[in-house]
Amino acid sequence: MKNENLYNYILGIADNSLILGQRMGELCGHGPSLETDIACTNISLDLFGQVRSYFQYAAKIAGDKRTEDDIAMLRKEREYKNVLLVEQPNTNFAYSIGRQFLFDVYHLAFLTELQKSSDLTLSAIANKCVKEVSYHERFSSDWVKRLGDGTEESNQKMQEAINDLWTYTDELFHQTPADIAMVTEGVGVDVTKLKEKYYKQVSELLQEANLEVPESKWFQKGGKEGIHTEHLGYLLSDLQYMQRTYPNMEW
Amino acid sequence: MSEEQIRSLEKQFDERIARDEKIEPKDWMPEKYRHTHIRQMSQHAHSEVVGMLPEGNWITRAPSLRRKVALLAKIQDEAGHGLYLYSATETLGVTREELYDQLHSGKAKYSSIFNYPTLTWADMGAIGWLVDGAAIINQVPLCNTSYGPYARAMIRVCKEESFHQRQGYEIMMKLANGTPEQKDMAQDALNRWWWPSLMMLGPTDDKSVHTEQSMKWKLKRKTNDELRQQFIDQTVPQADLIGLTIPDPDLKWNEERQSYDFGAINWDEFWQVVKGHGPCNKERMKARVNAWEEGEWVRDAAMAYAEKKQERKQKQAV
Amino acid sequence: MSNKKNWPLWEIFVRSKNGLEHRHFGSLHAADAEMALENARDVYTRRNEGVSIWVVESKHITASNPEHNGELFEPAQDKVYRHPTFYDLPDEVKHM
Repeated sequence: MKNENLYNYILGIADNSLILGQRMGELCGHGPSLETDIACTNISLDLFGQVRSYFQYAAKIAGDKRTEDDIAMLRKEREYKNVLLVEQPNTNFAYSIGRQFLFDVYHLAFLTELQKSSDLTLSAIANKCVKEVSYHERFSSDWVKRLGDGTEESNQKMQEAINDLWTYTDELFHQTPADIAMVTEGVGVDVTKLKEKYYKQVSELLQEANLEVPESKWFQKGGKEGIHTEHLGYLLSDLQYMQRTYPNMEW
Repeated sequence: MSEEQIRSLEKQFDERIARDEKIEPKDWMPEKYRHTHIRQMSQHAHSEVVGMLPEGNWITRAPSLRRKVALLAKIQDEAGHGLYLYSATETLGVTREELYDQLHSGKAKYSSIFNYPTLTWADMGAIGWLVDGAAIINQVPLCNTSYGPYARAMIRVCKEESFHQRQGYEIMMKLANGTPEQKDMAQDALNRWWWPSLMMLGPTDDKSVHTEQSMKWKLKRKTNDELRQQFIDQTVPQADLIGLTIPDPDLKWNEERQSYDFGAINWDEFWQVVKGHGPCNKERMKARVNAWEEGEWVRDAAMAYAEKKQERKQKQAV
Repeated sequence: MSNKKNWPLWEIFVRSKNGLEHRHFGSLHAADAEMALENARDVYTRRNEGVSIWVVESKHITASNPEHNGELFEPAQDKVYRHPTFYDLPDEVKHM
């Protein structure tokens, strides 16, 4: 492939939305209220819409016969480049919201920068996504406040979720070789520069939500290099089920 | 009010409906009208919400991204439709929590068809094509029903639902035109969903208890048997078009009636499922009850937060 | 039923596009006004139906009683002089 770095870079972005969209989609029909159910599905739909734009572009760059669906559904587990955070399961609603919030704050900052990419397709996609993700961030922040500053029980649950998910936040700011190459070319976003603002913003909101900012400095990483938590395999076996069981068919 | 006064009010009320006037929430209405509407509308709402589950099974496994977003959007619409219908029911003086309580305790019914399992991807096609097709036949006349909030909710539902059946038929078409394996999958789904879809239009007219009253109140415009015939007559050519076979050896065009004759429906199976012994009754109810119970602390938290915020605002104002 | 507090009901008004009034679209449940707005956005404007949303908690709406419809609305029925057709003018008069 001529432009392998760009291809890998796009996959890195798209896989986050793909896996998070899949997780949010799992909630459809099982939300705490009908209204919340509809809202979570909307987030999932936004994310899958983004995924399609990215993978259609990636398929064009790959220039072989692969389609958006091949790229989305026919890679092996070690080839998925999403961060560990987004693959974490829907343990309860606090985990779903916590995961969404910790990702949204990053995602919005990232897309805001990606709009300036010298790659016109990427900047156009970012331009469209940034509006969707602004809403996601507002939605998840509001819910972190509701759960954090709601009842004693909800505060406990939200705190537990944040404590557990915190360990996956640092990875958001790691760079892969493809990332570095793309930053050098003016295509990619230098995520290391987003880190300080991220932790400041997240910490302020957690405090407003009557939650403690975890102090742990031990972080997990690996997703960007394809070394995932055990959760991803199960998620992929659902995601890939049809494409694997009935290969080379159109749906 | 004396009985005579009530009878006179009821007569005026029936005349209003006969004149095609709409009844609005605060208008006087016979108790029976209120009860019948609460029952039918909430049953309708429950069906939308329970109906999310069999299709929800396939969100994570949809075969392509295009199919996945279409399916998600469709199921989301069903949540929306449940919501419109619950809201319309609430105008009759019952709360959503009470309605959920009736559903979860097994007191309220929902459409039996959702107690069948979705085993393959083709079931997404069959549900959209057949189940939504049958539902539309039931629903379109309700856009003109006598109770205003119900009619308005149904207008919105019907407008949004227009893509649902197309979505399902497109899935079936693609499978029917695909590999032999895909075509088998489509035929198998049609075989399993055909008869339950016919049953979905309700018991035969001689066994249907509510028909006459419902006709008067415009909760129904045609009888169950008429609707069923309409459904069969419009669906058979659609199956022919994509080369699938309706699983009924007795199905035959009747030149004289200009309609299809069809085989006997297994009503024992219907009543078995209605009475709670279908393949998935327990799972469906368990999923709904779980969602509601596990969501309780979330709903409580949001309420507690709203109250705290209100208090803080008031303090600031002082 | 327990006496715990459930999310109250809100009435949702949506302006479809600028130049049109807000119209009643339906109702939904939410814990507070912000959530009512967010829910309304997801429930009632998924298909691009709106550019502005109002939410009002249902309990704050005061409605007229249909039993008073006679005294409230019927007196207006025969005040035909409020309508232009009440006035006889020759056809030659233009622009009026």
